Amino acid sequence: MKLEAKNVSFRYTEGGRLVLDHVDFTVEEGERVGVTAPSGFGKTTLLKILAGYEKPLEGEALLDGRPVSEYRGYCPVQMIGQHPELSVNPRRKLKTVLDEGDWSGDFGERQRIESGLGILDEWKERYPVEVSGGELQRFCIARALGTRTKILLADEITTMLDLVTQGQIWGFLLGETMRRGLGLVVVSHSRELLEKVCHRIVEVDRKQEKNDG
Amino acid sequence: MSTDRAFWKDRRFRMLALAAAAAAFLLAVTVLGSVWHDAALETDFSRKNLAPCLKYPFGTDWMGRDMFARTVAGLSLSIRLGILTACVSAAIAFVLGLSAAVMGRFADGAVTMMIDLVMGIPHILLLVLISYACGKGFKGVVIGVSLTHWASLARLIRGEVLQLKASPYVKIAEKLGKGKLYIAFRHMAPNLFPQFITGLILLFPHAILHEASVTFLGFGLSPEQPAIGVILSESMNHLAMGRWWLALFPGLFLVASVLLFHYIGQTVCRLIDPGSVHE
Repeated sequence: MKLEAKNVSFRYTEGGRLVLDHVDFTVEEGERVGVTAPSGFGKTTLLKILAGYEKPLEGEALLDGRPVSEYRGYCPVQMIGQHPELSVNPRRKLKTVLDEGDWSGDFGERQRIESGLGILDEWKERYPVEVSGGELQRFCIARALGTRTKILLADEITTMLDLVTQGQIWGFLLGETMRRGLGLVVVSHSRELLEKVCHRIVEVDRKQEKNDG
Repeated sequence: MSTDRAFWKDRRFRMLALAAAAAAFLLAVTVLGSVWHDAALETDFSRKNLAPCLKYPFGTDWMGRDMFARTVAGLSLSIRLGILTACVSAAIAFVLGLSAAVMGRFADGAVTMMIDLVMGIPHILLLVLISYACGKGFKGVVIGVSLTHWASLARLIRGEVLQLKASPYVKIAEKLGKGKLYIAFRHMAPNLFPQFITGLILLFPHAILHEASVTFLGFGLSPEQPAIGVILSESMNHLAMGRWWLALFPGLFLVASVLLFHYIGQTVCRLIDPGSVHE
């Protein structure tokens, strides 16, 4: 599958600053792309548009030629955010986060992903406030790795973690994307990480700076 | 850590026990009052105007009616009315709040306008108007109280559903292919339930006080009913003659039952939604 942003522009409030100004971006299955830019340059916004959470003001976000936001049912593009504590329902136990993933009854697959991410059985009976941010993020990653996921968008997913845990999670994600031929978009401030993980790195430059004045 | 946990558990248990005791007291008043309905109406001129004594702890009035029986019967009537009207009110609030949040902009505008309308008019004034228009009495009070108490809870539910709809975990569930029903029952219900139950219980004291006030003002229940509002307004004529017990005990009991309902509501809120205490 091929996911592309064509000439995408976006602003959050009417008449507000253009966060994205005619941006092009492409990622295909099996490809790992890094995105880097200083804060406030619209990296997260770009991912949200690619994942279909936001509709572009101009241009299109297409998955195999069809707008991503029009996909109904399970969306082959899944995004993992940088705030795991907002991405899970605070009133439901953590096992329900895993249950929401797309496993098609394949219990072995689910278990492989859980143990690869180092998810312990005892965490599953807890509520989100009862585990750490890193533990919670593993649940969010596992949820996004369901069988029908083809392209994974990772928005600063390990920024809040210590180096050992970062290593563990990226080691697993790298193996998983290669094994399943997933497309992967990694947003990060860390050049070292992107150089280790990705085939190519895209710098988002601030063309829109001109429009601000 | 373990001692902290034990203490926390113990405190939950204590709160639960106190709330249960309060509920048991209110239930006892409700049941006793409906059993004593006839005793409360019994007149006996051989025992009129007695000050509180062992046989008649709340005294008797100018027609020789036992004030204890009358107070309990009146409270019972108030509590039953309060529960009925609070439930009707909460149902209205739930339906309107939900439809405002999910049925699009026009429905939202209409419901929000109705909420502002009801909340903009002084409560008791609107209550008197509706009760009077519906012919006073039992029917007038029930309709009046039910139609005036839904607004704040409806606003709460509307806000909560709007917030939930915009929350990342609901949007993620949509991308994971989950249907509207799944999201409503698995994601929204667990968040709405504590708010709704707490709101419902906290409506009781409001409904009871407003029933008593509208009756006291003469736009509510009819004078032959042993209602707290009727008892209090009649006692006004006799206070000047030094019969303080006619107003004091029924008034205290009314305040006590309202406070108990409030206490139960807050306890339930703390037990099922501990995080909300810090909001």
